[in-house]
Amino acid sequence: MTSRSSRRFWRQVGLHAVLGPLALIWLLPLWMMLVFSTMPENGIFSPDIELLPKGQFWANFQELQAETGFLRTLFVSVVVALVTTGLSILLTSMAGWALVRYRFRGRWLVTALIFGTLTLPYFVVVIPQFIMVARDMGLQSTWFALIVPPLFNSLGVLFMRQAFSMMPGELFDAAQVEGVKEWQIFTRVALPMAKPTLAALAIILFLASWNNYLWPLLIASDPTMMTAPVALGTLIGFTRVSWAAIMTGAVLLTLPMIVVFIFLQRFFMSGITAGAVK
Amino acid sequence: MRRRTGTAYGFLAPYLLIFAVFWVWPIVYSFWLSFLATRQLPWTFRPAMTWGRLAVDPAFVNALKNTLLILVVQVPIMIALATVLAVLLNSSLLRARGLMRFAFFAPVVVGEVAYAAVFRLMFTADRGIVNKVLEAAGLPSVDWFSNPTAAMALIIMAVTWRWAGYNAIIILSGLQSIPDDVYEAATLDRVTPLRQFLFITLPLLRPVILFCVVLSVIGTMQLFTEPFLITNRGGPGGATETLGLFLYRQGFTVLNFGYASAVAYTIAALAVVISLLNLWLGRERA
Repeated sequence: MTSRSSRRFWRQVGLHAVLGPLALIWLLPLWMMLVFSTMPENGIFSPDIELLPKGQFWANFQELQAETGFLRTLFVSVVVALVTTGLSILLTSMAGWALVRYRFRGRWLVTALIFGTLTLPYFVVVIPQFIMVARDMGLQSTWFALIVPPLFNSLGVLFMRQAFSMMPGELFDAAQVEGVKEWQIFTRVALPMAKPTLAALAIILFLASWNNYLWPLLIASDPTMMTAPVALGTLIGFTRVSWAAIMTGAVLLTLPMIVVFIFLQRFFMSGITAGAVK
Repeated sequence: MRRRTGTAYGFLAPYLLIFAVFWVWPIVYSFWLSFLATRQLPWTFRPAMTWGRLAVDPAFVNALKNTLLILVVQVPIMIALATVLAVLLNSSLLRARGLMRFAFFAPVVVGEVAYAAVFRLMFTADRGIVNKVLEAAGLPSVDWFSNPTAAMALIIMAVTWRWAGYNAIIILSGLQSIPDDVYEAATLDRVTPLRQFLFITLPLLRPVILFCVVLSVIGTMQLFTEPFLITNRGGPGGATETLGLFLYRQGFTVLNFGYASAVAYTIAALAVVISLLNLWLGRERA
């Protein structure tokens, strides 16, 4: 009995000896992002290894704001992420509902087309999207360009279809017999029952939009319509703004998502694993 | 389920409209574009200028080689690490479970630009923190941005940092669907934990791991932001140029849409072929 519990003890020690240092290495980039953002520029490149935050965050941020108008780009990012998330949820849940609730001509084809794009590299569509929006429509650097083309996603439909198909169909039929319109069955009965899925989907979509880089980089080069990641990207590798100032921008992009992640971890997890389960 | 084609398409209409305009049409259009010479107006049908050029363009061949190298080295390392992480994080012996999971899962929410910036700063050759630590440990410092091998290693490390936790989350969910009594029975039969991992856990995780491999293949084929921002446009001298970056250059710097479309379809075809190859290699053998 003693040998078994001591074996268990050593196993536990071994587990933490492996995982502990690795976890510290994994945390280091995030921690250093925070530390760098609070340092004076000469502190970052001092010969000593500095691992603790200093008090310069505000001064560094003011440099970033003065050079790039970073607050405006944050505002653009917030609006784009909120509107994209809201519209995308509406569109994908309506589509998911139609696929579960009705039997109709072309249902198989629509389903196959939507899910066929799940594994399609984005590069196959980005060139025509760019030609269409920038050249044919002349809508470069507009809210439309930032919000509408990224609205399509098959993950949302996959998600909502899953959620709706778990609900008892008799419930919806009963509502229909009582004369409730289909749209109201959808908004008043089905959607409220899908709240946990909607929350997970909203978080995943918001995160994707918030961090989106390639499309906004291509389509919104005007400084007043730049998103925050694009604005920050233009500073990397150039000496226009100090590294400490760039790091304040990185912190402002990252920290809100980390906080959301800590409090709503459950929804993140279900959002990430949803694709894998089926 | 009701038979109501009209109502169904009413619900589907807004979604299908966006889908048709911004996905279906572009898929068709970029295929057509991939046969056009687009350097000057009017665009003319000259596949030799696009598909024909792929095989003889040293810059494309270089990007293809780099991408395949990342694929062959980074994906196995990351998936192996993610599998081990998932198993360790799932252990009942683990203390500070929440903090441990946070350390590996947090990169999932970090944007590409933010992490590219911090990696670039940490690995700065002259007095970057990584070189300072290497020197403090008595090791030679590394010129991460002008040594081609080191630059490639840096890209691989960065991508692994960003995505290992993501895959570990998926594998962890697969682990949690394995019933406990399988392990209880094995423990009673005195099967060691290592053998339990090799002969119970791994085979049962096979579909989930394959799913992660396929996702990673598709992701790697499109790798763009890391070489664009961390190693400064695929530097040094194209040593970290990927297919994604090459496409960006052709499509949006040179504005050669036809050639870039041929590259896009090559990326898509390679992603499909390599994914199918993986599924075939990892199939259940009767």
